[in-house]
Amino acid sequence: MEREPAPGVKRGRFAPYGLLAPGVLWLALFFLVPLATLLRMSLSSKANRFDFEPDFTWEWSNYSDAITEFGEQFRRSFAYAGIATVLCILIGYPLAYVIAFRGGRYRNLLLGLVVVPFFTSYLIRTFAWRTLLADEGPVVSLLQDVGVLADGGRLLATSWAVIGGLTYNFLPFMVLPIYVALEKIDVRLVDAARDLYSNGWRAFRKVVLPLSLPGVFAGSLLTFIPASGDFVNAQFLGGPNHTMIGNVVQNQFLVQLDYPTAAALGFILMTIITVAVLVYARILGTEELV
Amino acid sequence: MTKRFGSFVAVDRADFAIGRGEFFAMLGPSGCGKTTTLRMIAGFETPTEGVVRLEGADVSRVPPYRRNVNTVFQHYALFPHMSVWDNVAFGPRSRKVPSDEVKRRVGELLEIVRLSDFAKRRPSQLSGGQQQRVALARALVNYPAALLLDEPLGALDLKLRQAMQIELKRIQREVGITFVFVTHDQEEALTMSDRIAVMNEGRVEQIGAPREIYDEPRSVFVAGFIGSANLLPATVTGPGGEVEVGGQRLPVPAAGGDPRSGDHAVLMVRPERVRVLVDAPANGHVGVRCTVTDLVFQGPVVRVALAAPDGSPVVAHVGAADRLPFLRPGDQVWAGWEPDAARLLPARTAAPSVPDPHPEEVR
Repeated sequence: MEREPAPGVKRGRFAPYGLLAPGVLWLALFFLVPLATLLRMSLSSKANRFDFEPDFTWEWSNYSDAITEFGEQFRRSFAYAGIATVLCILIGYPLAYVIAFRGGRYRNLLLGLVVVPFFTSYLIRTFAWRTLLADEGPVVSLLQDVGVLADGGRLLATSWAVIGGLTYNFLPFMVLPIYVALEKIDVRLVDAARDLYSNGWRAFRKVVLPLSLPGVFAGSLLTFIPASGDFVNAQFLGGPNHTMIGNVVQNQFLVQLDYPTAAALGFILMTIITVAVLVYARILGTEELV
Repeated sequence: MTKRFGSFVAVDRADFAIGRGEFFAMLGPSGCGKTTTLRMIAGFETPTEGVVRLEGADVSRVPPYRRNVNTVFQHYALFPHMSVWDNVAFGPRSRKVPSDEVKRRVGELLEIVRLSDFAKRRPSQLSGGQQQRVALARALVNYPAALLLDEPLGALDLKLRQAMQIELKRIQREVGITFVFVTHDQEEALTMSDRIAVMNEGRVEQIGAPREIYDEPRSVFVAGFIGSANLLPATVTGPGGEVEVGGQRLPVPAAGGDPRSGDHAVLMVRPERVRVLVDAPANGHVGVRCTVTDLVFQGPVVRVALAAPDGSPVVAHVGAADRLPFLRPGDQVWAGWEPDAARLLPARTAAPSVPDPHPEEVR
């Protein structure tokens, strides 16, 4: 015999959808619709240079043209973002490790210091690097004095300045997820590894590192994805030969007003990043995160 | 050895030897220093004074990964990202044992703990009892000189705990390795161990076989911590082992320490040795006059609560085989026992009558 569900149960069945609705609506309006518009735009063609309302014509050549014309910027973007991500891991992992395991009562203070730069605008911080790395600036003079940098050598407007800026700007996004992953690890597991004939290094390699990989993965995404689309660092710290794909998209959209090409560039970027993330997840063995 | 953390003395001059193949328990309430002692044997702590000798060699300053002892941790500390098989293989692999030898040993140990069918599972997919056995296999696979167990059964429920007690005994007999284990559960210690060290406030109070500890405790603490005990304030009246309890003079053959006439002492009698008598004890029995305060039927025994003339409580556990006279609270009776059932202990601070059921060890 079927039992009449209690009124509360009946309401419960629809409540989840009600709770989801605002989010779904928001995403549909401000993510899916713009995405569709962008896709449509990327397949449209302009009648002439001053046609600002291109017609939808399945113009696939927008994609092939974009790749031929801006392949170099694509390669550069991913190279810069990749190197910056690796540097962020190399700097951020030991930092997160020390805060998580050796921070003691200074732990929260140290974490606070990692986040402190966010109190200033991203643009201002990046701009400040121009002063630091300027030709007559303190860093260049110091490096010239100790002979690392040749006289007349410079830092500003080099690839290393752009990579340095990216690394600096995205470091907190690497440190925080790694810290969270490390902090969750039960220190008794390290005791157990040491008890089972592992010295500190092996205990780290076999126990701490694998258990913290989800944090490294999350940090890499938060670093690599925005870094490969970034244009601020290349704009402020790079020269004409260091433009990244973000700069090109920005230029196409806002200066050249070539919306179809810009839209196509955006889609290519998204596709490559998605594929790269999936491959990375497979390598790291953290598929369940994606 | 002694271990101090700042000004806090965690272990105070603990000095004992554990024999090869022995099942040795360190028993005490939480914070008594038993876990710290175990951690010093394992190598996670270094003694402030004294030495740890393993098979004759001083290992006090040898790091844990170079000591031939292994630990079963309180909450097992299994590696969550590895299968059962890889967990067990961890030790031999660290020691660079050749892979076919690793395979043989892991197989053998999983067989012993009866988990061969679970080799591919992750620890999170196992029950508490199974995780416990993985932890055991992971330690034993290294054929250590001694296996250290830190409250190994503390996280299991009662039924499983009793089953694992027997299981642990079986495994220990099978592998013949020295087991040193820490517990706050006196019943567990009595059931499993060959010898027990009872610890209190950093000191070892008494070491002995379970029977010896139970029947011949040397201090009020040991008497109160192991099983339950009637502790009656007594005054020593004669050199030949005679005491006065509640206005009565009683002979006491067995005495801890060296009591002198006039000393204050404590007379200990186990509840199951106390008989409730209507008339004054005869046939070589001795006893004190008491008032019945309460009767509780507990299944195997009836718990009779009595009060001696000076007000101190006396409890008798009366089994079904003993005929219990019909009693009501307020009745005047005698609490009697055979003289050798009583022991005279030096008076000291009383032990907690109920051990802390949820001990968090102070480290």
